[in-house]
Amino acid sequence: MSTVEVLFWLLSCLAFASAILVVTTNHLVHAALWLVVTLGALAGCYLLLTAEFVAWVQVLIYVGAVVVLLLFALMLTRAPTAPEAATSTRNQPVAVGAAVATTAVLAVVLVDGFRGARIDVDGDPAGAADLIGDAIFRHWVLAFEVVSVVLLAALVGAIVLSRRGTDPSEGGG
Amino acid sequence: MPLLWPLLLSAALFGIGVYGVLARRNAVLALMGVELMLNAANLNLVAFDVWLRDVLVSGQVFTLFTIALAAAEIGLGLAIVLRLFRAYGHVDVDRVGGEPATVLGGVEAER
Repeated sequence: MSTVEVLFWLLSCLAFASAILVVTTNHLVHAALWLVVTLGALAGCYLLLTAEFVAWVQVLIYVGAVVVLLLFALMLTRAPTAPEAATSTRNQPVAVGAAVATTAVLAVVLVDGFRGARIDVDGDPAGAADLIGDAIFRHWVLAFEVVSVVLLAALVGAIVLSRRGTDPSEGGG
Repeated sequence: MPLLWPLLLSAALFGIGVYGVLARRNAVLALMGVELMLNAANLNLVAFDVWLRDVLVSGQVFTLFTIALAAAEIGLGLAIVLRLFRAYGHVDVDRVGGEPATVLGGVEAER
């Protein structure tokens, strides 16, 4: 095994273990922090797959912005420092069954379809920033603009949803 | 590197995300499960793109779009969770739905 393969293997194990901890820990803040580890390990995987630009965007937006937003949500909805007694619902066994079934179906299909295929990670990087920028602004520029409109709509929607109403019981104005 | 490694990792992450969405009681924790599933899809897209060496780099560009949409989704999700918290005083998705009058009343009062 080459260095890249060993590193990918280690990062995969790290991402898998921390993802398990994200969905099982009883500390709300710990779940968000384990999510940082998962996303960081995935960024490392992108780097090893030579997708540099995606890796840095992952670090900037996921680890930087999304996790901070999640922590905000946790802080605003309750004091999250103490562990919660019940963080899982009654249908936990059903959820385990559904998750295992989903993973099994996906794994069987993927193993059946792509056994023996190999990624060439030693050649030119597949995701350097100039390559991605060229592709976005040459071929995908319409989709890029649509995404900007979607972001604007989401922004407006979030403001409308979280605006305090005139209901006197909510104390807003 | 075998193509199967990132694909199997993404299948496992997707399953963990499904479990998180279905089994978690707190709405914010359920959103974390959604994030895990989105990341699994992203890893798949990047792996296939690097494998195929697509001329249009479509896999990685789609990954960037997915990341942007995930940011939009988490912003809206946070707004909905806050709304839920104001209406019910908790964000327990199992106990939501008992008294819809509060939520509807709040929406109506705003108009």
